[in-house]
Amino acid sequence: MSQSLSFRSAVERAAPWFVPVGLLLIWELGARTGFIEARTLPAPSQVAVAFWESAKSGELGRNVLISFERAIIGLAIGGGLGFVLGILTGVSRRAELLLDSGLQMLRNVPHLAIIPMVILWFGIDETAKIFLVAVGTLFPVYLNTYHGIRTIDRGLIEMAEVNGLGKFAIFWRVLLPGAMPSVLVGLRYALGIMWLTLIVAETISASSGIGYMTMNAREFLQTDVVVLGILVYAILGKAADTATKLIENRVLAWHPAYHAGSVSR
Amino acid sequence: MRGIRRITPAPSLVETGLWHSIMLKRLSSADRIPVAKTSIGRGLPSTDGNVRAKGKELALDHLHLSFGERAVLRDLNLTVPAGQFVAIVGRSGVGKSSLMRLIVGLDKPTSGTVSIDGNPVRGLQKSVKLLFQDARLLPWQTVLSNVGIARTPGWREAAMTALRDVGLAERHGEWPAVLSGGQRQRVALARVLVGEPNVLLLDEPFGALDALTRADMHVLLEKLWLRERFTTILITHDVAEAVALADRVVVMRDGRVAFDVDVSADRPRQRTDRDLAALQERILREV
Ligand SMILES: Nc1ncnc2c1ncn2[C@@H]1O[C@H](COP(=O)(O)OP(=O)(O)OP(=O)(O)O)[C@@H](O)[C@H]1O
Ligand SMILES: [Mg+2]
Repeated sequence: MSQSLSFRSAVERAAPWFVPVGLLLIWELGARTGFIEARTLPAPSQVAVAFWESAKSGELGRNVLISFERAIIGLAIGGGLGFVLGILTGVSRRAELLLDSGLQMLRNVPHLAIIPMVILWFGIDETAKIFLVAVGTLFPVYLNTYHGIRTIDRGLIEMAEVNGLGKFAIFWRVLLPGAMPSVLVGLRYALGIMWLTLIVAETISASSGIGYMTMNAREFLQTDVVVLGILVYAILGKAADTATKLIENRVLAWHPAYHAGSVSR
Repeated sequence: MRGIRRITPAPSLVETGLWHSIMLKRLSSADRIPVAKTSIGRGLPSTDGNVRAKGKELALDHLHLSFGERAVLRDLNLTVPAGQFVAIVGRSGVGKSSLMRLIVGLDKPTSGTVSIDGNPVRGLQKSVKLLFQDARLLPWQTVLSNVGIARTPGWREAAMTALRDVGLAERHGEWPAVLSGGQRQRVALARVLVGEPNVLLLDEPFGALDALTRADMHVLLEKLWLRERFTTILITHDVAEAVALADRVVVMRDGRVAFDVDVSADRPRQRTDRDLAALQERILREV
C-alpha cells in the first residue's frame, strides 16, 4: 500500500520529464539514422560534445560571462532608472506632470528599432549593447513601479497618517513595500526583455558574447555550436526567472500567494 | 430609574422645567433647539488609583460639511465631556464616518470648529485616534510591527502590552493575512491603544463581526475604557450595542444631532435590563 503510494509519487515527480526526454531520444535517433540531417539540426550528443569542447577551451565561459555582464549592467542602469522615475512620478504629482507623458511616448518606440541609431552613436562598442538593454528594461520597471505606488490602498495611507507617521515613514513603511509586488512583476518583464535585447544586439553587432558565438558558428555551419548558444540563452533565462522567484519569496513573504508551501514550482 | 435619566437641551429649558416634555419629543429641525450639552459629572471615579483619566473634552461647534452640492453635516453641535463614552447612531449615509474624519483631522469642515480641551484643532491630532471600520493592517508587517506602527521609543514593549490587552500576545510574530476578521480588528484596536489616545473614535469597528465575537469585543472595550477613561465615540448601527456600552447615545439625522440621551445604568450592564430595552425602543424610533 505505502509502497505503491511512494511509487505513484515518484512517477508524479518524474512526469514533467517524460515529454522532453522522449523528444530528445527521438531527436537523437532521427539524427543517428540520418533522418535528420546534421546540417539542419545536430544530434543532442553532438551538441553535448560542442559544449564540452568550448567549455574546455574556456571560450564558452568567456562568452557567457561577457553576455551576463552586459545584461546585468544594462538591467542595473535601466531598471534602476525606471524604479527611481516610477517612485518619483508615483509619489509626486509635479513629477508626474513633468515626466509621465514624455515617458509614455518614449515607451511606444520599439527599442530594437533604434539599433541602427545606436550603432551609429556607439559603434559596436560595449556601450551600445548596454544602452539597448537599459532602454529595454527601463519601461517595464518604470510602469510597474508607478502603477504599484499609485494603486496602494488609500485607506492604509490614511491609517498611517492617523497613527502619526510622517512623510518619510509613510514612504518606507507603506508606499514602498506596498508597491513591491508590482515592482517585481516589472522586474520579471524586464528580465525577459533583457535577454531578448541582448540576443538581438549581440547577433547584429558584437565581437564577443553568446550572440556573437552563435553568429560566428553559423558562418562556419557549426550548427552544434548554434544550438548550444540557444540552449545557453534558455538556461540563463531560466536562471533569471528562478532568481526573481527567490527574491519574491523573500520580499513578498507576507503575501498570501507567497506563503511558504502555498507555491509549488 | 436607571433608564433615561435626562436629556439636556438648552440649560434655560432645563431650568424652566420644560425639558421633561421635550424628553419624549424629538428635537427636529423645526424645534430649533440647540442641543449642546454642558458637562455634568457622571459620578464615576476618575481619579481613583487604577484609573488613568486620559480623556479630553471634545467640542463640535456649528459643523458644516458639504461635498460639492451635497450637504452632509448641517450645523452639528455636540460637546462630549472628558472621559465620556458616547455612542452615535444614525442611518447609513447620514455622515457619521465623515464626522469622524473631521474630528481626527483627515478632512476639514466646510465651516465650524472642532476643539479638544478648548483648543480649536487644525490638521491631524496626536491625541485623537480613529479605529476604522476595516482593520487597515499593513499586510507586509507582522502583527507586532503593525501594532507598534508609530515606532515611538519602547514601541515593542508597548505593542506587546496592548496585544496582551486584546488577547493576541501569542500571535505577535504572524502576518495579518493569517488572522481572522475579529482578530484583525483586535490588532487594530491594540494599535490604537499604543497611541495612548485622549479621544478614541470607533467607526463601526465591530460591524462585520459575528454576534459572539462582538460580545467579546464589547466586554474588552468596556474594560479598556474603564481603565483608561479616554473620551470615546462609538459609531454603531446596533442600538443594543449603543445602550449596552455608552454613557450617552446621540442620534444623527439630517446632518445634525436629532436626539441625545444619557444612559445611566450600572456597569456591567445586563442586556435583559427592561429599562435599557425601553430606551432602545425609544432610540430606534428616532433613527
Ligand atoms: N469624499 C466624498 N465625496 C463625496 N461625497 C462623499 C464623500 N465622502 C462621503 N460622501 C457622502 O457623504 C454622505 C455621508 O457619508 P458617510 O460615509 O459619512 O456616511 P455614514 O453615516 O458613515 O454611513 P454608513 O453608516 O453607511 O457608514 C454620503 O452621502 C456619502 O456619499
Ligand atoms: Mg460610515
